[in-house]
Amino acid sequence: MRTNDVMLQTATKVVTFIILMFAVHIFFAGHYTPGGGFVGGLLTASAIVLLMLAFDIETVKKIIPFNYVMMTAIGLLLALATAGASIFFNVPFFTHAYDYFHLPLFGKTSLHSAALFDLGVYLVVVGVTMTIIQTIGEDE
Amino acid sequence: MSFVFLIFLPVLAALFVPLLFKNLRQIHTGWFVLLVPVILFIYYATLLPTTAEGGQLVSSFQWIPSLDIAIVSYIDGLSLLFSLLITGIGALVVLYSIFYLDKSREQLHNFYVYLMMFMTAMLGVVQSDHLISLYLFWELTSISSFLLIGYWYTRDRSRFGALKSMMITVFGGLMMLGGFVLLSIMGNTYSIRELIAQAPDLASHSFFTWALILVLLGAFTKSAQFPFYIWLPDAMEAPTPVSAYLHSATMVKAGLYLVARFTPIFAVSGTWMWLVAGVGLFTMFWGSFFALKQKDLKAILAFSTVSQLGLIMSLLGASAAGFHIEDASHTVFKYAAFAAIFHLINHATFKGSLFMVAGIVDHETGTRDIRKLGGLMSLMPITFTIAMIGSFSMAGLPPFNGFLSKEMFLTAMISLTEFDFFSMDVWGLLFPILAWIGSVFTFIYSFFFVFHTFAGKHKPDLLPKKAHEAPIGMLVSPAFLALLVLVIFFIPNQVGDWLIKPAVVAIQPFLYVAPADVDIHVSAWHGVNPEFWMTLGIFLIGGLLFWTLRKWQRAYDRFPDNLTLNRLYDNFMYLSEGGANRFSALYMTGFIRSYLVYMFGFLVVIVLSTLFLTNAFVIRTDNLTPIGFYELVVLLALVAGTITILIAKSRLIAIIALGAVGYSVALFFVIFRAPDLALTQLVIETISVALFLLAFYHLPKNSKTVERLGFKLGNAVIALGVGVTMTLVALSAHSQKVLPSISEFYKETVYSEAGGGNIVNVILVDYRGFDTLFEIAVLGIAGIAIITMIKLRLSRKVGQHENK
Repeated sequence: MRTNDVMLQTATKVVTFIILMFAVHIFFAGHYTPGGGFVGGLLTASAIVLLMLAFDIETVKKIIPFNYVMMTAIGLLLALATAGASIFFNVPFFTHAYDYFHLPLFGKTSLHSAALFDLGVYLVVVGVTMTIIQTIGEDE
Repeated sequence: MSFVFLIFLPVLAALFVPLLFKNLRQIHTGWFVLLVPVILFIYYATLLPTTAEGGQLVSSFQWIPSLDIAIVSYIDGLSLLFSLLITGIGALVVLYSIFYLDKSREQLHNFYVYLMMFMTAMLGVVQSDHLISLYLFWELTSISSFLLIGYWYTRDRSRFGALKSMMITVFGGLMMLGGFVLLSIMGNTYSIRELIAQAPDLASHSFFTWALILVLLGAFTKSAQFPFYIWLPDAMEAPTPVSAYLHSATMVKAGLYLVARFTPIFAVSGTWMWLVAGVGLFTMFWGSFFALKQKDLKAILAFSTVSQLGLIMSLLGASAAGFHIEDASHTVFKYAAFAAIFHLINHATFKGSLFMVAGIVDHETGTRDIRKLGGLMSLMPITFTIAMIGSFSMAGLPPFNGFLSKEMFLTAMISLTEFDFFSMDVWGLLFPILAWIGSVFTFIYSFFFVFHTFAGKHKPDLLPKKAHEAPIGMLVSPAFLALLVLVIFFIPNQVGDWLIKPAVVAIQPFLYVAPADVDIHVSAWHGVNPEFWMTLGIFLIGGLLFWTLRKWQRAYDRFPDNLTLNRLYDNFMYLSEGGANRFSALYMTGFIRSYLVYMFGFLVVIVLSTLFLTNAFVIRTDNLTPIGFYELVVLLALVAGTITILIAKSRLIAIIALGAVGYSVALFFVIFRAPDLALTQLVIETISVALFLLAFYHLPKNSKTVERLGFKLGNAVIALGVGVTMTLVALSAHSQKVLPSISEFYKETVYSEAGGGNIVNVILVDYRGFDTLFEIAVLGIAGIAIITMIKLRLSRKVGQHENK
């Protein structure tokens, strides 16, 4: 039986981008307003899951050819490196640093090493969620 | 220069080994690795003039300052001698391994990484002045030894030997850690030097004997003393370069180092002297006696190593006598410590060369079984010469270095008969007698080793390969060691001034101030004295027994096999494994429902009893807020969803109902103004519903006939219990504020200290960053576990095949 999923597919094509943009926003806004790497990661993963539901795993794998295990590993390394970098500045492990900069376009912006750590969290969450869904989904 | 970092040079170099092995296949990786011990040896050699004058060098860096843990490299005569042995023999062994291990067939990257790891560990052991770092390096030697013994991990015997050595040495290591902890409590310091300075006070402490015994357990297991020696023969499954390096020249001497290093602290005790000297001497006798039972060249050498280690151990024990004799540096008791160090050097030279010879014989004939070997003298003349020099030195014949140290050993043992403390006057006579018997057997097995391999009739049809002389590169290292055996005989006093006396000062700091005070002159001829007659007796009786060896060697086969220590170990391992399995099988049913019952049962019991025992159960009704309309609606939805899950017939409905429960919780977060939680909960719910759908797709179809589960009282009690417990905990938590809420602290510092605005996120990445780090690590592990379970399992067809 062929299911009619034209509506789902058409909507997904638009909605996915909205979710992804929102995820990016949530990720960067996290330090001051609700959000952060964990939610951002989950949102990104949910966008990809939506793609998978609307199309199928093989197609999605072609569109987004990431190795999610690799992504998890990179995320973990990034988080650990951010935490560990502080010992090279002779401060205790996991001391964050931040400052305010004037960037073109953005104006006064705060750059925070916690964002790097959060990026690690983001990558791990996306990586692990997609690893789990992909492996279980592909299993026959 | 901060030479403490040199300890880590080998392990840093090891990082490059896999790269070199992968990218430069045509060059044997060993050539690069060889640089490391050579550089270190040259550097340590430049420190010799300092220690020869009695100087010490200290270099350290803080590791965990808050726990007072540092890595301190303390170089005095003793640690420098060991460092030179480790790097010197290490260089020779690496050179030898280049020709022993084939570059195209062997996994050289593994081998050299483990070897470099060991070198760092061993240097760390002998240079550490800090008890905790000493312990860490000590265990690292056990681990690298485990990896090296199991290098050919496809062989059963290798894995068995590796595990056995690890079980025994790590057991000893843990005991030693206990001893170290006691010592640090007694002296209130981790520094060995500071402990030695307080030695007289420590002796009266009630922990003293315990610390002594625990530290000795560490030393005895590592140095393969009776009854712990059983791991060493099984460790011979390692590649021969490893046996030559770890299991004869360095690692097994870590125990001797430990005893030597702690002698100034413990020597005042009679227990120490009796244990070290007694166990050592008995081990010497036992090892030499059973060496003749062995059929494998390396097994003979293993038992011989056990015996020689025992000899050195007994000398270290005897050196403790110097603490109880007035003005011992001018009496006959001064020889023991000197002889111990001297024999330690000599043993490294002759036993190293002998192991390499055994490796060559194995490599060129294909067997190490002494019954199949013989008559190799004419085929392998150079190897034979090296073997002869090594064996004769081991047997204590002149003109080889073993003769000199063996003489001093006998002197030291005879001196014990004159010692009249600790009931030595009664039992002292045993020492020279056991020493003499052990020496006779040493003489016999040395001859057995060399003549049954190289003399006699050649049996080419029994050998897997056609025997021929080894390539020149393989002969360089053993030949160099054999040369040292000869050279040391002729210049013993130079060796004494540069290496031995500085080390003796470290063992007996209360007797000597500087190496020059050690008034010992080694000479080959002492005139006609008891030692001379004993040596003559050893040669005569030993020669006679070797002559008639074939007649009485069979008697060894009469020894019952099931009464050995090995059998004891096997049974212990078998029973502990079986026992642990049976115990686990009692509660590990394999059903998740049983585990849930355990978990929830314990939760209820522990939480409820804590609640009532600490009188924490309080309900107050004066600080409640009224329930709003929306809250009531969401609550009803939540309860309805939960009930639907339980009674739903189709899985799909159950999943959707579960989703509804999750979304209702998210709504609660919205109502109570927790946008972060609400957002996260919503997304998580979405993804987990998708996951459930995927997972349920794999489950078998629901059967048409619905079986009704009977009412289970136990489950009902636990279900009710969990509900009641959680309710009570929630009510009590709400009713009392024992501690001020931490949220005020967050509010105050979130901008000023952490530079953020969203407390929830700042908690995640900053305040409690450690939690997050570990959580994502757990997430990663879970992901890998799921891949392993699903992708890497055996395909079903293979599984069925196996079951047939």
